[in-house]
Amino acid sequence: MKTDYIFKKVNKIKFGVISPKMVKKMASAKIVTPELYDKEGYPVDGGLMDTRLGVIDPGLKCKTCGSKLKECIGHFGYIELARPIIHVEFTKNILYILRSICRECGRIKLEEKEIENKLKKINKIGKVKGEKAKRKRIRELIKKLRKVKKCPHCEAKIEKIKLEKPYTYFEDGKRLNPIEIRTRLEKIPDDDIILFGLNPDVVRPEWMILTLMAIPPVTMRPSITLESGERSEDDLTHKLGDVVRINQRLFENINAGAPEIIIEDLWDLLQYHVTTFFDNQISQLPPARHRSGQPLKTIRERIKSKQGRIRLNLAGKRTNFSSRTVISPDSMIALDEVGVPKVVAMKLTIPVRVNDWNQKYLKKFVERGPKKYPGANYVVRPDGKKKKITDETKEQLLEEFQPGYFVERHLLDGDVAVFNRQPSLHRMSMMCHKIKVLPYKTFRLNPAVCAPYNADFDGDEMNLHIPQSEEAQAEAEILLEVRNQLISPRYGLGIVACNQDAISGNYLLTKELELSREEAVQLLSTIGVENFSDLPKKKKVTGQEVFSQIIPNDFNFFGKTKSGEEVVIKKGLLTKGYMDSANLGSGSGLLIRNLHKKYGATEALNILGLMFRLGIKVLLNYGFTTGLSDTDLSKDKKKKIDDILEQSRKNVSDLITSYKENKLEALPGRTIKQTLELRILETLNKARNDCGRVVSKSLSQKSHTLLMAKSGARGNIINLAQMASCVGQQAMRGNRIQKGYKDRTLSCFAPNDLKSDAHGFIGRGFKQGLKPSEFFFMAMTGRDSLMDTALRTPKSGYLYRRLANALQDIKVEYDGTVRNSSKEIIQFRFGEDGLDVSKTQGGKINIKKIVKSHIK
Amino acid sequence: MAKKIYEKYEDKLPLKIIEEVKSEIPKKTKASIIKKILDDVYKEFKQSSLEPGESIGIISAESIGEPSTQMTLNTFHFAGVAEMNVTVGLPRIIEILDGRKTIKTPTMEIYLKKPYSEGKEIKKIAKSIKQTTIQDYVEEISVEITESKIKIKLDKEILKEGVVDEKKILSLLKKKAKGYNVKQDRKELLVIPKDEDKNIGEIYRMKEKIKEIYVTGVKDVTQVLPVKRKGEFMIITSGNNLKDVLKLDFVDKTRTRSNDIYEIRKILGIEAARQVIINEVFKVIENQGLNVDIRHIMLVADTMTASGKIRGITRYGIISEKSSVLARAAFETPMKHLINASLIGELDDLNSVIENVMLNQPVPAGTGMPTLVTKK
Repeated sequence: MKTDYIFKKVNKIKFGVISPKMVKKMASAKIVTPELYDKEGYPVDGGLMDTRLGVIDPGLKCKTCGSKLKECIGHFGYIELARPIIHVEFTKNILYILRSICRECGRIKLEEKEIENKLKKINKIGKVKGEKAKRKRIRELIKKLRKVKKCPHCEAKIEKIKLEKPYTYFEDGKRLNPIEIRTRLEKIPDDDIILFGLNPDVVRPEWMILTLMAIPPVTMRPSITLESGERSEDDLTHKLGDVVRINQRLFENINAGAPEIIIEDLWDLLQYHVTTFFDNQISQLPPARHRSGQPLKTIRERIKSKQGRIRLNLAGKRTNFSSRTVISPDSMIALDEVGVPKVVAMKLTIPVRVNDWNQKYLKKFVERGPKKYPGANYVVRPDGKKKKITDETKEQLLEEFQPGYFVERHLLDGDVAVFNRQPSLHRMSMMCHKIKVLPYKTFRLNPAVCAPYNADFDGDEMNLHIPQSEEAQAEAEILLEVRNQLISPRYGLGIVACNQDAISGNYLLTKELELSREEAVQLLSTIGVENFSDLPKKKKVTGQEVFSQIIPNDFNFFGKTKSGEEVVIKKGLLTKGYMDSANLGSGSGLLIRNLHKKYGATEALNILGLMFRLGIKVLLNYGFTTGLSDTDLSKDKKKKIDDILEQSRKNVSDLITSYKENKLEALPGRTIKQTLELRILETLNKARNDCGRVVSKSLSQKSHTLLMAKSGARGNIINLAQMASCVGQQAMRGNRIQKGYKDRTLSCFAPNDLKSDAHGFIGRGFKQGLKPSEFFFMAMTGRDSLMDTALRTPKSGYLYRRLANALQDIKVEYDGTVRNSSKEIIQFRFGEDGLDVSKTQGGKINIKKIVKSHIK
Repeated sequence: MAKKIYEKYEDKLPLKIIEEVKSEIPKKTKASIIKKILDDVYKEFKQSSLEPGESIGIISAESIGEPSTQMTLNTFHFAGVAEMNVTVGLPRIIEILDGRKTIKTPTMEIYLKKPYSEGKEIKKIAKSIKQTTIQDYVEEISVEITESKIKIKLDKEILKEGVVDEKKILSLLKKKAKGYNVKQDRKELLVIPKDEDKNIGEIYRMKEKIKEIYVTGVKDVTQVLPVKRKGEFMIITSGNNLKDVLKLDFVDKTRTRSNDIYEIRKILGIEAARQVIINEVFKVIENQGLNVDIRHIMLVADTMTASGKIRGITRYGIISEKSSVLARAAFETPMKHLINASLIGELDDLNSVIENVMLNQPVPAGTGMPTLVTKK
C-alpha cells in the first residue's frame, strides 16, 4: 500500500468558456480523417482513435505521454471546422447579445454615461444580492435594449433579430449566418461584455461560435470488442465520425468552388452534427440514432439526470471490500456484533503493516494462505506491488517477508465493519459492528438492532463494508459504533430497544411469573449473568426479582406502564409495576435513556442485550404460543356483542329515517348528507370500539394473544376484536365506501341503500368469516392502502432528497452558530438552545432530576 | 437574593431552562442550594450541547425525511370530529416546504375577545365574517333570452334577517354592472343592457359576474365554523384574509392566525412566518403520531426564512442560492448551472460537502474540519 497522505488538494475550481486558442493549446493531435482503423486494425494517424489521444488497447503505448493502458488518462485533440458553427448551449445568450448591440459598431445600445451607470448598479447587485439577482436584472436590461431602434454611438438603424429554434437567426426576415454573427460579436469591446453578465476574463462572446472543436480523448469513449471480435464504438465516437466526415466534405467542396447551395446544405448538416454531439435531446431536432434506431447518448445525456455522470459516478461512489447477503437473527450474539459467514471472512481482508513485533504472527497468516482460515490473500510490497498468495508464490513471499510489507489477512473476530441496510434513511442505517465469524451463509444480527435498520428476516439482505485504513477503522469505531447510536437524534430517546418476544417475555416475567431459585439461576446464567449473590435466598423468587438482577444496584427509576400504572425501580430493584413496551420499546420510555445517561453507552448496551435475552429465554422456558382458541368468546359475551351490533344497526337506520324525513340537523359547515355520513361513521366506530372493550374483558386473561396486545409486543386490542367479533367499518378517504354501481356499491344491494352493510361495515369477525360483499369491501380498502403506499414512496423520497440537498452543508461552527456553506448565519443557536437532541432526554434536560438530587 | 443568582446565569443558560428551574425549585430554598442546582444544570447543559463541526443540517433533514416515508398521503379525517377539511399528511408538508404561494386549503383560526369568546352571539359573529355574494341573497337569477335581460329574484326570507336590504343590492348592481341599466320591478330586479343588440353570450357572462358580486363579510372567507376549544369559543374559517379579519373589533388580534405563510409574512413579518412554518409542520407530524424534535423543524424553517424572504426547498429556492456550482449541479438541471457558471467565470471554493465527495477529498465538517497549521 502506498502512503495515503494527500499531497495535493484541489482548492478551487474555476469555470469558463474555452477559447479556440485554448483548444489548440491543449490538443495533442489534429483530427483530419473520419477513418478509425487501418487494414491491420491499428488506429489511423489523424483519425478519431489516434494513439496520440490516449490508448484503450492493451499493448499499445500513448504517443503523447508514452504510458500504457490505464496509466494514460487521455489527451484532447481538435478539428478545424470549415465554417463556424453555433454552440447550441449558448443560442439564447447569443440572441440576447445580438439584440442588444449595434450591427455596425458592435457597441451596446446605450450611451457612454449610461453604460457606466448600469455597470456600477449591476456590479453592486451582484455583490449584495448574489448572482441570481444579477442575472435577473441583466435580463430586464436586455429586454429594454431590444426596443432601442437606433444606435446611440454610430446612429445606425437596428433591425429586429429573431431566433428560430434551435439555432437559426433572422434579422429582419433575412438569415444571419454564423460567420456574420461571429464578426459582430468580435466587435464588442470587453467593457460592454460585462453588462451582459459575462466575465471578459473567461469568456468572449465570439467563442460561443465554434471555429475549432475539441475532440475528447479516446479514454472517454472507449470501444468495446464484441465476442465475435468485432469492434463496437462508443456513441461519442460515432457522432464525432459524422462531424469529421461532413467537415472534410465541406472543406473539399469549398476548395473545389462548389455552388453556394451545396455548401450551405453541408454547412447546415455540419451544424446539425455538432449540435447533436453536444445535446441529442433538442425538441426541434430529430435525435441522431444508431442503425438500430436507438438514440445516441451524447455529452449532455452523459452528464445529466440520475443515471448521468454527476449523480451516478461523482456524487455516488463504488466500493471494494464489501459484501452482501441475506440476514438472519441471532439473539445470542451481542448487539454490536455481526455474524459473518466464514466464506465471506475469507474473501474480505484487512491490510496489516508488518513490523518487528507482529512479524511472526503475520507470517503464520501468510503460511496458511487464502484457503485456510484464518489466512491471508495478498501480500503488498513496500513499493505498492500486490502479490497474490498461491501455492507457487507462497515460499517466495515468505522468504522476502519483512517489516514494511503489508499482509491482507482474513477477517477475525473483533475487527470493525460497517453494516448497512437500504434505504439508508438516517444515520442509524449504517452502524459499526464487531465481526464475529460464524458458520453458514447469512449475516447474523441481534434482533434488537432491527429497529434502526428497519430490518426483518423475511429475506432482507444487508451490506457489510470493511474499513481499510487505521483512520477509517478508528472513525468507524468512534462515530458509527452501535453503542453511540443508541439514542436517536430525531427525538432523543432510545431507538435500539427490545421488541416483540423480548417485550412480552419481560412482561410475563415481571408481571406474573414466580420461579424456583434453581430455575432463576438457570435462566440468568443462560443469558450471561454470572453473579447471583443478589438473588434473594428464598425457595421461590418473583419475576421482578429476577429482572432486577440485570439492573445496576444503584439505579433508581420512576416511570409509567402503557396503561398508566406506576413503575418504580429503587436501588436496582423493581419494586412496583411491570415492564412493557412503554419502558422497553423503541422510541418510548425513559428507562433505557436513563440507564444510558447514568452508566454510559457501553453499559447500556450490555443491559439492553441482557434484557433482550432474558425476555426471549423466559418465553422459551414458559412456552408461548397463539392459536384460534385465544379469541374464543363465551356465549353470553357473544350475545352482548350481537346486541351492540344490533343496536348500532338500529341507530343507523334511525339516523337514515330522520334524514329522509328531513329532521336531521346539519352540523355547522356541513350539508345534511355529510352530516348523516359523519353521524353514521360515528355510530359504527363506537360500536366497533365497544366490541373491542367487551372482547378485551371477556377473553381469558391467560391468553397469549391478549398478552401480546397488552404488553405492546405486537398488535392491539382492536386487532383482537377484529378477529373475535367485528372487523368494523372499511373507510376509503375518510368516508364509507361510496363507489361502485349507480346509486349503490354492489349489485346485491338495493339502490340508494344507506344502511351500514351496504357501505362497507363488517359486523363480524375474521374467525366467523366474511360475507362475499364484506370480503369485497375489504379488498377495496386493502388495495386503496396499497396504492397509497406506492404513490407515497416516490413523493416522500423526492422531498427527502430536496431536504438533504438543501441542508447538507449546514453545520455548527466553532462559535456555536449554525451556518451554511457561504458562512451565512442560519441560527445563532441550534433550536434556540444549542442542545444536541441525541444527548437530551426526549428533547429536554432533566431538570427535575437535578433539582431532586439537591432537595430531598 | 435568589433573583441575583438567576441573573448571573442568564447569559450562560437559555431563558427557557432558567424558567423551568425556577418553577421546579420550591419557594423557600436557600440561595446556596439554588446556586448548586444551577451549577449542575449548567454542567448538564454544556454536556448536552452540540459540538462544533456537527453536520446538524443533514441530521435535521434525516429527522424529517425518514418519518415522512411513514406518513399518509390521503387527506382524510377521522370521523366524529366535525371540523374543517384541511390538507394533512405528506401533501401538506410538501406544500409548506415547497414554499407554495397558493395553498390547497387556506384556513384561519380566529380567536375572540371576551365576552364573545364565552359564546356570546357566536353564530351571528361567525356569519358576519363569512363572505356573501349576491348569489346568497337571490332565489333565482336567469337570463331572459327573448327580452335579452337578466332577471333577479331576491330571496325575501334571507333579506328579512336584516343584514342587507334590497336597496343595497340595487346600488351594488348599479355600481358593478357597467353598461347595464338596473331597474326595480315589483318582484324582481332587472338588469338590462344599454346597448340593445348585445349578444346573449355576453349577457350570460354578465349574469355569472353578478352572482359573484361581493356584498358583506370578509372577502375570500368562504366557510365559517364556530367551535369550542379548551373551553373557549372560536371560529375556524376556510379561505383566508388575515388583514381584514384583524380589523374586526371582536377579534383577539394577538392569537388569531392563518395557515398561509406568505400572508403571514406580508402582514406580520418574517419571524411570524417562520413560526407559522414551524407550527404547521409540527402539527402535521404530531397529527400523524410521529415523533420529531421541534429543533429540526426550526432549522428547516430558519433556512427557509433566513434571507428575509420565504424560499422553498426547491431548485428555484434555497438550492439555487448555494455557493458552490458543483453542489447546485449535483441537485437538478446540471447543464444549466455549469453553463451559467462558465459565462461568469464562477469560482467554486469547494467549501461544502458534495463537491468534496466528487473530488475524493475530506469534507469540511465533523472530523474533516480541523486542520493542522505548521510553521515553515
